[in-house]
Amino acid sequence: MYGSGILKGLGVTFRHLITTFIDDIQWLGRKRDVEVFQQKQSLANRGLVTVEYPEEKLAVPERFRFTPFLITYNQDDPDYPGKDWCTSCGICAKVCPPQCIWIVRGTDPKTGRPKPEPEQFYIDIDICMNCGYCAEYCPFDAIKMDHNYELASYDRTSTHIHDKARLSREIRYWQSIAPTIAAEEEAARGGYDHTDVQKARKKAGLEPSRPDPLKVKPAEPEPAPVAVAVAEAPAAAPQAEAPKAEAAPAASAAPAAPSSAAADGETPPHPGWIKRGKRWIDPNAKVEPVRRKGKSE
Amino acid sequence: MTDQVLPQVTDLPSTVAALKERFPNAVKDDTRSGYQGVIVDPAHLTEFARVIRDEFGFNYLSSVTAVDYLGHGDHLEVVYHAYRVPSGGKPLVFKAQTDRNDAVVPSLVSIYPGADFQEREAYDLYGIHFVGHPNLKRILLWEGFEGYPMRKDYHEAYYEQETKPFDSRWPGGHVFRAEEYNPFGHNVRYPAGFTLDDYKPVAEEQLQQGMALGVDIMGDPAFRTDRLIVNLGPHHPSTHGVFRMMVALTGETIESLEPVMGYLHRNHEKIGERNTWYGNMPFTDRLDYICSMANNLAYAITVEQMMGNQVSVPYRAEVIRVLMAELTRITNHLWAIGFLLNDLGAFFTPALYAIQTREYILDFFEATAGSRMMCNYMRIGGVAKDLMARIRSEAALINDKVRDMDTMEYLDKLINDRLPRSIDELDELLSESEIIKSRCIGVGLLPAEMAIAYSASGPLLRASGVPYDIRRADPYSIYPELEFDICTRPNGDIYDRYYLRLDEMRQSVRILKQILPRLKDTQGQPIFGGKTSYSIKVPAGEAYGHAENPKGELGFYCVSTGGGNPWRYHVRAPSFINLTPLGEMCKGQKVADVVAILGSIDIVLGETDR
Repeated sequence: MYGSGILKGLGVTFRHLITTFIDDIQWLGRKRDVEVFQQKQSLANRGLVTVEYPEEKLAVPERFRFTPFLITYNQDDPDYPGKDWCTSCGICAKVCPPQCIWIVRGTDPKTGRPKPEPEQFYIDIDICMNCGYCAEYCPFDAIKMDHNYELASYDRTSTHIHDKARLSREIRYWQSIAPTIAAEEEAARGGYDHTDVQKARKKAGLEPSRPDPLKVKPAEPEPAPVAVAVAEAPAAAPQAEAPKAEAAPAASAAPAAPSSAAADGETPPHPGWIKRGKRWIDPNAKVEPVRRKGKSE
Repeated sequence: MTDQVLPQVTDLPSTVAALKERFPNAVKDDTRSGYQGVIVDPAHLTEFARVIRDEFGFNYLSSVTAVDYLGHGDHLEVVYHAYRVPSGGKPLVFKAQTDRNDAVVPSLVSIYPGADFQEREAYDLYGIHFVGHPNLKRILLWEGFEGYPMRKDYHEAYYEQETKPFDSRWPGGHVFRAEEYNPFGHNVRYPAGFTLDDYKPVAEEQLQQGMALGVDIMGDPAFRTDRLIVNLGPHHPSTHGVFRMMVALTGETIESLEPVMGYLHRNHEKIGERNTWYGNMPFTDRLDYICSMANNLAYAITVEQMMGNQVSVPYRAEVIRVLMAELTRITNHLWAIGFLLNDLGAFFTPALYAIQTREYILDFFEATAGSRMMCNYMRIGGVAKDLMARIRSEAALINDKVRDMDTMEYLDKLINDRLPRSIDELDELLSESEIIKSRCIGVGLLPAEMAIAYSASGPLLRASGVPYDIRRADPYSIYPELEFDICTRPNGDIYDRYYLRLDEMRQSVRILKQILPRLKDTQGQPIFGGKTSYSIKVPAGEAYGHAENPKGELGFYCVSTGGGNPWRYHVRAPSFINLTPLGEMCKGQKVADVVAILGSIDIVLGETDR
């Protein structure tokens, strides 16, 4: 019959229409629930998959790469507070395909010889192509790719060259956004510390590496300030990177410190998740989403 | 196929020996270390090409490009790679050398029409005059451009240094912006004696040369209409980017069509010559940005050819490469079908159904390679990272929603359930629709002989009934041990190109089903067998590596002089060369069909314009 092909095709679109309503009814009132979200984004889903950016965002996987940042020791590190991991060897600047990295190598003021610290470090993020080579080839785990992709700004000329202050992040930030990778790298280094520090300690007759200070004495978890501090950071101007870095310790405290549920012998499906009844939930995801005006649920 | 006398099918060395006997003074071996093929005297080039096509069966001229050997003999060299289609095998490489100051080489367009755009490109970028070319004008740059940018002595506006890494970055890397270093208004070099007052922009008529407008075509005598030239594009939603088709119309019927391109031209190849060997890998992502994994693979196998026994790709890396390449084929075909339907007027419903499925594959790419589309995943000698145990997101921003899935379980569900289901659904939605059939069947015909002559590749070639697939014809990676069929369709119209893509996706799923057990068996094995240094040196020589990309044959022709940067880095872009027969396919069709025909070729402008 002429037209049967069209009707068959319309059947498919109609089926899609129906399944979205089935979804809506099935998850009535739980639209922003993490569990529902996981289900909607999984392969089993047949209805709508839309992520309502920016009200909700799909968290990026650990390996996700955006712009690079530099790793430093934590500011509250007992031995090396805020020390750069970068040794200004220049490999990242050489391997960078679009050549967006500029490094001024430090010199010792007394001897005039180069010392393994960067005096200045610039990345022009207009040029950066997010390829990740700098992080891949850095022999010191000193440069990593950030997950924050919201870098839009009104002025290209004054904000898009990131200097050392803007680029530097504490190691705990990296541990919080990519815990598995950070742990793998730590194992490959042979300890928590920077390889140069490990060498120096060995020379001095100490243990090559200290244990991660955060894991030795876990910081008191303070869930309330976490949400507030982290919430403010993306909204604030780019200069607010520093407060965000300071907020990170509290955020990372959750994965570092075993929660009470994990102590029961169960491992959370995701570090930092806590158990409510039978379900695992993400405490951070409970932060009320920004609502559109005049929109009710 | 061709109705000529069956050509002698001989192996490559005896072919070369026979050719040398046939042309005793004009053909000699290329004896440079690391080079292959023969050097042909330009005076005999046309005759040589005719002989290899008609008598030796090299009926498919895949790639035509040029190399500037400034300081290495000071000549320009045109390099041709000819294949036998559909039987396959290794290419016959032949070269013609010419003087840099008076570069003249006979054109092969009369023998291989597929050389048309490629010779124009060589003329555009190298200034080689192809005598006998019917329409020799610039193709990627604009008429009136001064100089030939691919020549080694040409320096671009923001030129800093011959090769990367640039010395200004380290150890005294005081940052500057290119525009500060070379301010606007001072970044242009004018030709000697140029004055703005005397400047006359190139007239549109000059662009319309070669459209065969001298021919008077009579329309219907009852409805005598004027000839009209219409520009479709450059800004037109149907062109999938910034692309323009100059169409000469008689009434509503197309008299001739000429594609105008280059709006997205950035001289990818010149950038590639400045880059290090590794540095080119992320740039290949930006060619055909729908298929970055497949582009990576083609580049990696090219450089691996040149490295010889210095690299050996481990088995698991090959398995992962095929996994990525076939998933990429599915993403591309989903995209192509979705947007073909958009072009046909089914506004976005089929496209979004296709994109939704594609998104699951991109999620896997993002978790594995770090980026959905700019994957930069393959390395020379393997792949960058092994698969993650879990596809997991870490929440770092407010309102982030996290996910956590076992990678192998995810792939298993994706390949065994979700992808076949989605492909069947698209089939059900579209294949039998009377609207699609009436728009597509018999429109944009490309007969098999013409497809081969015009160097069409990929789905465009196979939909014309030519069973030529590089995965079988000149195998790479682990394709020889995998079972799959080369899909073909008999008619060579839009509908066949659409349906062929569905078939190819099903074959890709079939391959992926064989990949899954291999992936499980090789768990924990090495994934990289190359050099771990951040900068590699490649032995002097040349290589042409090609892979069956979703859009067609993606080839890389690289020349090394033994350093850390390619001397020549050429991309044989399927999107570009598949446009060569567009004019022929559109002749005599209605203007509304042009959009559908272009959509069925499936081009990406990032690759077309390079």
